Amino acid sequence: MSSTDLSIQLTGLELENPTILAAGILGTTGASLKRMAGEGAGAVVTKSIGSEPKEGHPNPTMLKLDCGFLNAMGLPNPSYRDFREELSIAREGGVPVIASVFGAHPDEFAEIILGLEGASAYELNVSCPHASGYGTVVGTDPVLVEVITRAAKQATDAPVWVKLTPNVTDIVEIGEAASRGGADAVVAINTVRGMAIDIHSGYPILGNLYGGLSGPAVRPVAVKCVYDLYKALDIPVIGVGGIGSWQDAVEMMMAGASAVQVGSAVYDNVNIFSEINSGLSAYLKANDHSLDDITGLAHRKVEQ
Amino acid sequence: MRPINAVITGIIRETPTITTLRTDIELDAAPGQFVMVWVRGLDEIPMALSHPGSITVQRVGEATEALSRLDVGDSIGIRGPFGNGFEVKWGGEREGVEKGDEVGKGGEVRKGEEVGKGEKDGDGKGNKIMIIAGGVGGAPLLPLAQQAHSRGLDVTTLIGARTADELLFEEHFSKCGAVSIATDDGSKGHHGFITGAMDQFNLAGFDQFYVCGPELMMKSVLDILQAAGLEAMAQLSLHRYFKCGIGVCGACTIDPSGLRVCRDGPVLSGDLLIKSEFGKYHRDAAGKKIMF
Repeated sequence: MSSTDLSIQLTGLELENPTILAAGILGTTGASLKRMAGEGAGAVVTKSIGSEPKEGHPNPTMLKLDCGFLNAMGLPNPSYRDFREELSIAREGGVPVIASVFGAHPDEFAEIILGLEGASAYELNVSCPHASGYGTVVGTDPVLVEVITRAAKQATDAPVWVKLTPNVTDIVEIGEAASRGGADAVVAINTVRGMAIDIHSGYPILGNLYGGLSGPAVRPVAVKCVYDLYKALDIPVIGVGGIGSWQDAVEMMMAGASAVQVGSAVYDNVNIFSEINSGLSAYLKANDHSLDDITGLAHRKVEQ
Repeated sequence: MRPINAVITGIIRETPTITTLRTDIELDAAPGQFVMVWVRGLDEIPMALSHPGSITVQRVGEATEALSRLDVGDSIGIRGPFGNGFEVKWGGEREGVEKGDEVGKGGEVRKGEEVGKGEKDGDGKGNKIMIIAGGVGGAPLLPLAQQAHSRGLDVTTLIGARTADELLFEEHFSKCGAVSIATDDGSKGHHGFITGAMDQFNLAGFDQFYVCGPELMMKSVLDILQAAGLEAMAQLSLHRYFKCGIGVCGACTIDPSGLRVCRDGPVLSGDLLIKSEFGKYHRDAAGKKIMF
């Protein structure tokens, strides 16, 4: 038996490894997504795509802080009509391509999914913390999340993942709503609302005034969310938030993640996927573990 | 990093549309690296450094218009330097530098394998460079010319503009070596595009070409270099719509390589650009393709 095999079955998709490029990171073009597949990502998620072209928020749109990254891109995208070509180029990368979609209501989600036919799966962005009318506005309402998920499931036979916001009192309630709506997996977490102010002038730095925090600072928040979701749900949880090393990936999996997404960490190294995979592989081999053995391990330890 | 507060200490009207803002900060940047300039409450745009503490701005939109209206004592936010910058390389022997070495960011000497683009191996070449500057594209090229000149390289600069009064940094470039001029209206130098001014030179006699200017001008220059088989010896500074500016968001990636202009560039080699979207299209803020 090979304990270093990193391949997984995730919501019916075959992934060569459990590291996935997160939405909104180097996912604007097919060529960029293809490049990330070449850097070792087991799957790639596109930039969130909507029904109309959107330029996004004015700059500054992203800041590197001591503890992580703050961003408010504002869902820039060329619309699903113009993104189709990018999607087909991305598929040349040879790994599953998940289309991230956002909308204001169930019909809009369904329209975009139908318009982006051919994606390996769809990730519903009901969690962007800084785009008015979208994202968190819909993602904090369990009823809306359930209805949107159901509409998405009716629009496609492909797996539907729902990406959750941590900016709620109880993320499990939203995860359960997604599950009731038929979600094949939940992805946790999107960024945590945050803000930075220029002390020389008093101006908020981001063009949108506030945004979402990612990177190392949010990892403990993500680990707790994944831990709680794993405990409550019967569908896979995909962990995302501050993962930048194989150790971080192992921790997230022990909390309950079947796979992990990597975002901000491409800042240091676009080859981060291969790096995490080789560390993960060595770790599993040294401990004679499989990925299944470590997913949710923290829960089994607590139950003992 | 959070934006550094940069106070304007001097304003130089270079041409009717181009202004240099001197500030009280000094960045350790390689020629060709850029900074994100934040006009508070309005926008943040990428700008080349024309000097460790100066940016040179052409009025082309809201943010550059606002920058051009600033007074001494006003301040802007600066993040950077970002991107790769031009590589100054030579094969001749210099004090403290061995043959085949390359001087990069902050003046440090890089060894061996990092020397990638059209390098010559210590055969005495790499000493003669041509700088081709179109319009405000002269801004990142001036510190390059100065650095190359101070290290003993033979610098020839071609400067192009629409009219004689729009020529940027002619005097500064003249202090670094020979200068040749082209203007669209013929008011000074060669009458026509800068590519016409290239004809008077034996291009094969140059070891490296550094180009910055409007993309279609750069494309014409690269076409000429390609015809002469010199495309791998060209370094061109690209302009794309930047959002994050730090290589994370992907807004400025180019086809078909997926390279990030803000991080893997903005300076890219001619042989790489020939096989790319360069000169054909770019993408707008929404990521939609716009044909040139």
